[in-house]
Amino acid sequence: MESNIKVRNLNVFYGATQALKNINLDIPNKQITAIIGPSGCGKTTLLKCLNRLIESTDEVNVTGQVYVDGEDIYSPKTEVTHLRKKMGLLSQKPYPLPMSIFDNVAYGPRLHGTTKKNELKSIVEFYLKEANLWDEVKDRLSSPASKLSIGQQQRLCLARGLAVQPLVILGDEPTSALDPQSSAYIEQMFLKLKADYSIILVTHILRQAKRIADYIVYMYDGEIIEHGEASDVLNHPKHPKTIEYVSGVIS
Amino acid sequence: MKRKVIEEKFFLVLMIISATLIVSIIVLILTSIIIKGFSSFNLAMVSQTPKGGYYLGKEGGILNAIIGSFYIAGGATALATALGIPVVMLMNVYLKADSKVSAVLRLCFDVLWGVPSIVYGAFGFTLMIFFGLKASLIAGIIVVSILILPIIIRAIDEISQTIPEGLFHASLSLGATKLETGFKVNAKQILPGILTAVLMAFGRAIGDAASVLFTAGYSDSIPTSLTDSAATLPLTIFFQLSSPIKEVQDRAFAAVLILTIIVLCISLLSRLLTNRHNKYKI
Ligand SMILES: Nc1ncnc2c1ncn2[C@@H]1O[C@H](COP(=O)(O)OP(=O)(O)OP(=O)(O)O)[C@@H](O)[C@H]1O
Ligand SMILES: [Mg+2]
Repeated sequence: MESNIKVRNLNVFYGATQALKNINLDIPNKQITAIIGPSGCGKTTLLKCLNRLIESTDEVNVTGQVYVDGEDIYSPKTEVTHLRKKMGLLSQKPYPLPMSIFDNVAYGPRLHGTTKKNELKSIVEFYLKEANLWDEVKDRLSSPASKLSIGQQQRLCLARGLAVQPLVILGDEPTSALDPQSSAYIEQMFLKLKADYSIILVTHILRQAKRIADYIVYMYDGEIIEHGEASDVLNHPKHPKTIEYVSGVIS
Repeated sequence: MKRKVIEEKFFLVLMIISATLIVSIIVLILTSIIIKGFSSFNLAMVSQTPKGGYYLGKEGGILNAIIGSFYIAGGATALATALGIPVVMLMNVYLKADSKVSAVLRLCFDVLWGVPSIVYGAFGFTLMIFFGLKASLIAGIIVVSILILPIIIRAIDEISQTIPEGLFHASLSLGATKLETGFKVNAKQILPGILTAVLMAFGRAIGDAASVLFTAGYSDSIPTSLTDSAATLPLTIFFQLSSPIKEVQDRAFAAVLILTIIVLCISLLSRLLTNRHNKYKI
């Protein structure tokens, strides 16, 4: 299994409480990895460690290493903007930027140096199509992004994230605020996108994990209890806690 | 049951009385200013400088004070905004949300907000004596900018705190720096609020007398350089009211009317901006 993201001996403390305990994990390339586990077990924390958004929390202490493309992202030499450009983020609730639909998608490319109007136009069109939103918005690209429905906003956020050409897509329960139809849209898109991107998906919905995940990471109380191929973990869990979760919980 | 009904009635009546009282006070103030002001108002007041004899009841106007006030309030607002925005940025973008440094800074600005303006005036005056400077436009601008700095900072800071963290994170995760996020996302999200804060500060700056009393000085001519002393509307009102000549005293109310209209326009404008829907706001 090839992996460009390797987590080694990762510990995270919020003040005195330890949220992640000695995490070791290789994320498989170009697959969908689902992180599952009960509420409060540290899924969001782990995801935030991968793009260093964890650093915007007060009084947090991170030890250990996370390697992205062989580079330790917590080394002082690593530039955080460079790292974040590689790690697209889709949050639980969509946060379109306070600007037009066009400018939302063009925001990233503009930051990273694309200024030509024509070039931006084709980038915006390309990624809106990629996120399955183009047909719905092509006649109102200059209207505010906040006017879109929640489902459309989430697809816009996906297009915006893809437009900076990340290697990885991080999703923190990206469908939990959406209606079933929009959720299905996002799931289908993930299945299509995994041809080009590694996708890490935190989810509460076990059925979602069953539907789309190739690889499963089961966490409990800050630790990784079990991880492996989705079919193995979901059908033949080894650890009692995993068995309980996979068979028992409401999803 | 009966007692509660009476209680309700009693407090309702009390509220209506208070509200009526306040509205009548406002109406009383405004009508007396308008009546007294209009009767002694003439075009020369806003188009001419005092020309020596104005304070003795002769021809002239207070154009010098109107322009002086706009120079000082405008300069101070620009200076305070330029100094204030980086501080707000530090508190809301660079420092973490529950940082202790931010909490201390906020407390400092709250204290500064409550300091009476004569204290700033006296402080400015002491500094000027120390540096051997005379009362001037620039000294007035600096002291007034210190007066309104806490207003600008705390007002923008308050609305900055309504920006959702997720929005900030969304921009960061696209590879934006904190600076880029601050200017391109946060500022856009709260733009009307920023303008309101700036206008509020301008309104406070143009109406304050104590801070400019010793620092800007007074002059019958329109200032042409930063080191000239400059007249201001609050001070021209003060001088005219303290005149023994009845006609000059009456004209003070025309100056009051002018100042009131300016401040009223500014509050209306800022109210308009606050209510105006920010098209792109999330
Ligand atoms: N900013 C913080 N300060 C202190 N403790 C925190 C903070 N954020 C999270 N925690 C704690 O760390 C632990 C892990 O939280 P995390 O948000 O990663 O859980 P999660 O698995 O994402 O939960 P959920 O499924 O409910 O989203 C929890 O016990 C939580 O209370
Ligand atoms: Mg979570």
